[in-house]
Amino acid sequence: MNAQKQAHAWLLLLPALTLLVAFTHYPAIATLIDSFMSTPKPNRASVFVGFDNYAAMVDDPIFWQALRNNLWFALATIPLSVGLALAMALWVNGKLAGRGFLRMAYFTPTVLPMIAVANIWLFFYTPSYGLLEQIGNLFGLPSQNWLGDKATALGAITAVAIWKEAGFFMIFYLAALQGINPSLREAAAIEGASRWFFFRRVLWPLLMPTTIFVLVNAVINAFRMVDHVVVMTRGGPDNATTLLLYHLYEVGFKFWDQGYAAAVTVVLLAALATVALVQFFVLDRKAHY
Amino acid sequence: MAEAVALRQANPAGRWLDTLAAWGLAILWILPLAYAVWTAFHPAEFSAKFSLTAPLTLENFARAWEAAPFARYFLNTTLLVSLILGSQLLLCTLAAYAFVRYEFRGKNVVFALVLVQLMIMPDVLLVENYKTMSKLGLIDTLFGIGLPYFASAFAIFLLRQTFKGIPKELVEAATMEGASALQILWRVYVPLAKPVYVAFALVSVSYHWNNFLWPLVVTNSVNSRPLTVGLQVFASADQGIDWSIITAATLLTAAPLLLAFLLFQRQFVQSFMRAGIK
Repeated sequence: MNAQKQAHAWLLLLPALTLLVAFTHYPAIATLIDSFMSTPKPNRASVFVGFDNYAAMVDDPIFWQALRNNLWFALATIPLSVGLALAMALWVNGKLAGRGFLRMAYFTPTVLPMIAVANIWLFFYTPSYGLLEQIGNLFGLPSQNWLGDKATALGAITAVAIWKEAGFFMIFYLAALQGINPSLREAAAIEGASRWFFFRRVLWPLLMPTTIFVLVNAVINAFRMVDHVVVMTRGGPDNATTLLLYHLYEVGFKFWDQGYAAAVTVVLLAALATVALVQFFVLDRKAHY
Repeated sequence: MAEAVALRQANPAGRWLDTLAAWGLAILWILPLAYAVWTAFHPAEFSAKFSLTAPLTLENFARAWEAAPFARYFLNTTLLVSLILGSQLLLCTLAAYAFVRYEFRGKNVVFALVLVQLMIMPDVLLVENYKTMSKLGLIDTLFGIGLPYFASAFAIFLLRQTFKGIPKELVEAATMEGASALQILWRVYVPLAKPVYVAFALVSVSYHWNNFLWPLVVTNSVNSRPLTVGLQVFASADQGIDWSIITAATLLTAAPLLLAFLLFQRQFVQSFMRAGIK
């Protein structure tokens, strides 16, 4: 009987588990192995090369540039999108005029395909007749090629990412705010607490689990969002907007260098694993009181 | 009463500032879309010129529709998201049920292995998954685009949470009546989890409608390209940078989800909320 039940359980699990192993666990391990192998060529099979791929990666200035860009991208998108999301949620949850419109406006970018909105933003940034240029002209600012200039290109794609993500994160804050007991606010009001005090001493601690959930997602997304790079800059000018995943895409599917691509994937996996471990061992403990 | 207390506390100047900032941000947020709508519905010469007398036109949509096989792309995307959603609902329901209703050796280890996918999404592993797909002969097929997503750790997690909250009495009653394990799943668990299924379906459809990098890598022909990849091929091909047509194509791509969102706003927002609360 028990053996039969066990068999039932495994049968139910089998289809999902097989696919998960085939497309998550197996490729993760295969990547690690491939990162120590040479890229197979038509006349030469793949051979063990030790740390050669990693050495090539360390010697590749584009890899370092991609890593640096990605860190800047993460450092800018994470706090700004989470901060804006919180502000949006507080506004939408409050009693401002036109709440319905506000919520719709903030959330709309979430349901639009990144590939579509990137095309719109591309037009926005276009020199000489894009909208940004026209607004600049009104104020007599000099012409600026936002995506073509190395100094502004990364900032320009970062802005798109923040715009896309903030409304999505707002939803989670909104859900949390709606779960907070209204009598807390009444009590604070009767005590004469200032809004800032109420936010800092009551709301912020209560929102902590949400903040951690959102932060983890923001970090993962910072290493995963590349659609807009493909549309808007293709990593240019001069690799100023190459992010790690975009670099991986180029190495893997433009240069077809599998060994090197595997090494870059391992770096990305390590970054994601670090996030997972930090979440599991540090943040999840802090979130409960 | 309580409202009155809270309101008296609020500083009117602060409230004004709040409203102003909230609206400013909202307008900034909606601006790209408004701009795209303007450009797409007006003749090309008005694409960057704003005039109330500019004539409205559907010409840009007609030209975009003719310039690329968008009908085929729409069909591909629709089939793709249905295929993925159908498989996810079926496979993940069965898996979640196994975790809730059965005790078996290694249950916790297996569940931990499932959760790994929450952190390591198929996008990051695209080089290896591409190799697997070419071994299986699934390059440039809709099935190949969808396969890595058929089993979703997120769905399993979400359904397991929901199934756990279903009262034991209902299950026991069904067992007394002689219902089999699968009948209990179908008649008790699935109907009670309906809101969660709706929530997951909306999140999954929006995700896969918009997904780009993996489909870009595994497709190379019109027969399997989804809308996102089709749009990119269209926009990056030499269109003489005719923004009116590109924005029209862009709006076409986004239209079904956008319209669904505008019509069922509350449902969408609540679904994303439900899916996010662990």
